[in-house]
Amino acid sequence: MVDDVLIIGASLAGLRCATGLRRAGFVGRIVLAGDEPHRPYDRPPLSKQYLAGEWDADRVQLTPEDKWDELDLEFCSGLHAVHLDPATRTVVFEDGSSLSGEALVLATGARPRHLPGTEKNERVHVLRTLHDASALRDVLATEACQVVVIGAGFIGAEVAATARQLGHQVTMIEAATAPMERGLGSEIGAICGQLHVDEGVDLRLSTGVNNVEGSDPAVKIELTDESEIEADVVVVGIGVVPNTEWLEGCGLAIDDGVVADEFCAVAEGIYAAGDVVRWPNPKFGDELMRVEHWENAVEQGGYVARRIMGVETEAFAPVPWFWSDQYSHKLQLAGRPRGTDQMEIIDGSVDEKRFAAVFGREGRLTGVFGLNRPRHVMQYRALINEGASWQDALDFAQGT
Amino acid sequence: MGYKVVVDFDLCESNATCMGIAPDIFEVRDDDFLYILNESPGADQRAKVEEAVERCPKQAISIEES
Repeated sequence: MVDDVLIIGASLAGLRCATGLRRAGFVGRIVLAGDEPHRPYDRPPLSKQYLAGEWDADRVQLTPEDKWDELDLEFCSGLHAVHLDPATRTVVFEDGSSLSGEALVLATGARPRHLPGTEKNERVHVLRTLHDASALRDVLATEACQVVVIGAGFIGAEVAATARQLGHQVTMIEAATAPMERGLGSEIGAICGQLHVDEGVDLRLSTGVNNVEGSDPAVKIELTDESEIEADVVVVGIGVVPNTEWLEGCGLAIDDGVVADEFCAVAEGIYAAGDVVRWPNPKFGDELMRVEHWENAVEQGGYVARRIMGVETEAFAPVPWFWSDQYSHKLQLAGRPRGTDQMEIIDGSVDEKRFAAVFGREGRLTGVFGLNRPRHVMQYRALINEGASWQDALDFAQGT
Repeated sequence: MGYKVVVDFDLCESNATCMGIAPDIFEVRDDDFLYILNESPGADQRAKVEEAVERCPKQAISIEES
């Protein structure tokens, strides 16, 4: 029986692993080490309530003070992992110190991709950490400015919505013909884009960025259509890369994430959870997936805790789900659809901005998207979980 | 000893995660509001309620021992 667990990454996944261990009756030592100065905090509000200045930093803490004490963790902040020895489960940190555990959990997450050459430009922001969000929030709290968002994915779209609601002029640039085209297809993507156009965002589709330079008095952005725009603030939302550099060369498989088995184990006594891991999900034909959603971090962290405690025998087989709040709209997606899947709107009305759509491939139900339709998303998510066919989904829609 | 399901409706944003986990207890209706169908579920339902507490994105659900 393990009585010493080391969790690398003071993240949602890392924290939920720790709470899961305690819930399952683990009385041993838990060390939670993270490279940020903060206790684990919640990221979803960083692009919304926190960014808008409605919430303060205390409100994004994941664990209230009394519950934190109950967890009885050894919390080490400011420790940036640089090396792992899998055989002894020893992690070496940048400051030269090291820690090891009988069980080790890798939860180092991911970091935003930057536009090359803009890393040092003080007017160009990314959004991932509380530090990132605070910097952008300070800028957006000033008088109206011209905000350019590069990338119309969920982070870009949420930032655009928040900035617009604060009264800023917003231009959002997207290389694809529609936002989220790869995952949702051009039709649903176009509807998501229209939400922003309706709120006054200047949405530039099929447009790439050739160059971003200068900061005084404004940033100049040269687009692939040869137009040029100026911005007081640029926010880059072009995806994330998993934090696996520190694991390279240690013998673990790395391929867009640290590769785990279907039980989220990467080696003897070593597990991984959250944005950093790719594992074969049996629910989707063992597709190797890396899921960057809030709920996945919660579930996978808890799952790993149960594996460590020896009380979980099933493979980790969730139906991924996430939500995004933009303006007054709630967007939700469950499953694993692709933009090329067949799609059918099964409830509500696009014009009223209130509908649910299902996706299918090779006769299977692969996903459900809802715009202001949480009830339907959950119902069809349950169908996906049961392995429903495309026809099952259509029949269900007929019956409701 | 029984328990009671409590939802902080100021926090709830009707993501319907709880309904996905325990549809006998939580229901998000067509008006997009969450309704608690059973405030005092049996001990056999407790694991489901705990999972809903865990997975609520707004941490709006809690269990009160009674």
